[in-house]
Amino acid sequence: MRTRLITSLPLLALAVSAMGALSAPVKTAGGVSGTITFTGTPPRMRPIDMSKEPSCASQHPTPVMTETVMAGAGNTVQNVVVYISAGDQAGAAAAQPVRYDQKGCQYVPHVLVMQVGQPLEIYNNDQTSHNIHPLATINPEWNKSQPPGTPPIKATYAKPEFITVKCNVHPWMHGYFAVLATSHYAISGNDGKFSLAGLAPGKYTITAWHEKFGTQSQEVTVSASGTVTANFVFKALPY
Amino acid sequence: MSRIPLLACAAEFGLLLSATGLLAAQAQTMSRIGNVTGNADAGKREYRRYCVGCHGPAGDGLGENAQWIDPKPRDFTAAVFKCRSTPTGSLPTDEDLFHSVSRGVVTTNMPSWEPLTRQARANVVAYIKTFSSRWATQGPGTPITIPAETPANIESILRGRDVFQKMECWKCHGPAGHGDGPAASTLTDSKDNPIRPYNFSTGSRFKCGETNADVYRIFMTGLDGTPMPSFADLMQPNDAWDLVHFLRTLQPLQTPEAAIWQTWLPAHAKELKPLGPDQGGR
Ligand code: HEC
Ligand code: HEC
Ligand SMILES: [Cu+2]
Repeated sequence: MRTRLITSLPLLALAVSAMGALSAPVKTAGGVSGTITFTGTPPRMRPIDMSKEPSCASQHPTPVMTETVMAGAGNTVQNVVVYISAGDQAGAAAAQPVRYDQKGCQYVPHVLVMQVGQPLEIYNNDQTSHNIHPLATINPEWNKSQPPGTPPIKATYAKPEFITVKCNVHPWMHGYFAVLATSHYAISGNDGKFSLAGLAPGKYTITAWHEKFGTQSQEVTVSASGTVTANFVFKALPY
Repeated sequence: MSRIPLLACAAEFGLLLSATGLLAAQAQTMSRIGNVTGNADAGKREYRRYCVGCHGPAGDGLGENAQWIDPKPRDFTAAVFKCRSTPTGSLPTDEDLFHSVSRGVVTTNMPSWEPLTRQARANVVAYIKTFSSRWATQGPGTPITIPAETPANIESILRGRDVFQKMECWKCHGPAGHGDGPAASTLTDSKDNPIRPYNFSTGSRFKCGETNADVYRIFMTGLDGTPMPSFADLMQPNDAWDLVHFLRTLQPLQTPEAAIWQTWLPAHAKELKPLGPDQGGR
């Protein structure tokens, strides 16, 4: 969605003024981008033994690795959620549903970002039952079984929270819902890069969250045009 | 069988409750159990006397006895409950809590508080609800409806056996319901404490009741805070009753269903495929 916003400036201006971010007509807007790295030795990812679920094991010619810390060349980190945690104008939640897949007894994506109130749809693409058990503490905790061939499970979350998602039948299945109040977020790729675009000029706090490394925040000032850089460096503690 | 009057009685409770339509703010310091109104201030006294040692002064389940207890006493500040007539993720009704307090939780340290008066139990239920703001903001969920039980005959039991296979109950509970399925040894509750699936051969009582309607409610709504999921969106009432009838055959006591099963089985055992991973069922 964000990439579409930057490609078309008129559209962007429209979107921003529609959000009521600025009273004067907007000509330009800035953004924040950066790279996420870590120092220290990251935990080694281990192969997952799916032999207890043959219908899933057979889908993976080579063993699937755990996805807790996905490091790239030059100590970059994937799957870090970067978002505006203060300074943002609250906009309406996106009406477009976000999709969470269970495939080969894995969660795809491993970290799913959604906005408060945004529809969430969970699919089972496997030949086995999963139970979807998001261990929410701020939002209500629920736990539903989803056998093969049953319709998607639909849900929404009313409050911002980082929620661990578990399948109790397959203990290696581990994922996250990142429920955010803002519509300005990004998730780092394998090169550790992220970019937040379409920000009205002003001061913001941006926060980076990683399932193992925790959270970090910094203040940035976005000008009427151009992109400011904000890098994050996490510390990998010895395990 | 005392099951039918109990069910009728529960339905009446549900009706009464929805008819009263309490205000959320009021509901947090009050409870309504049939014609008894519980009061949180009065409940505090009973709580301090009877419950605090396990559930703790702050209601967080960290009473002084908690360290020696497994499973741990409920943390009322999280407002996540196992025994609910309401959908997974929603709060239980006052009646649900009242029944839990009265019944106690079999196989755990949670005693039955039946000896306390109805008024005292209603009071303590009102007080429990003050530990989480969720009661003020959300209120309880809408209880699921449990239609009249279908006849418990061999056909129903056999269909229920297919449901047990298809819904993969055996993954946790084991093919014979002994609590020893392939996933059993890895299970933890939502506070990361190890937990075992229910072993059906150990008796006829459950944490959340003992009647056929209770069993129906248990697997439809799930036991929140545990790996036991909700199946409410997956089963029609007929399937659910069939499953109840099959589950009863896994229990050692002379349930009517077990009697039907044991009479039928000797002559037909060869017709059955084993339950479990090898595409069992009929
Ligand atoms: C000896 C310890 C002990 C005492 C005393 C005790 N409880 Fe409990 N209680 C427990 C334990 C342990 C559990 C959890 C059982 C489980 O999770 O299976 C529990 C669970 C509960 C639940 C949750 C039921 C559900 O559906 O999840 C309620 C409600 C409750 N207790 C109320 C009370 C009240 C009210 C009192 C005092 C009148 C009380 N308890 C006294 C140990 C105790
Ligand atoms: C992911 C594992 C899992 C699956 C799948 C599962 N259960 Fe359970 N079940 C549990 C656990 C764990 C408990 C014990 C909870 C506790 O003691 O608090 C339990 C408890 C129960 C109980 C007893 C509840 C009580 O009040 O004591 C019943 C009845 C039950 N399950 C039925 C079923 C049925 C029927 C199915 C299939 C439709 C099923 N379960 C599928 C894990 C599972
Ligand atoms: Cu699974």
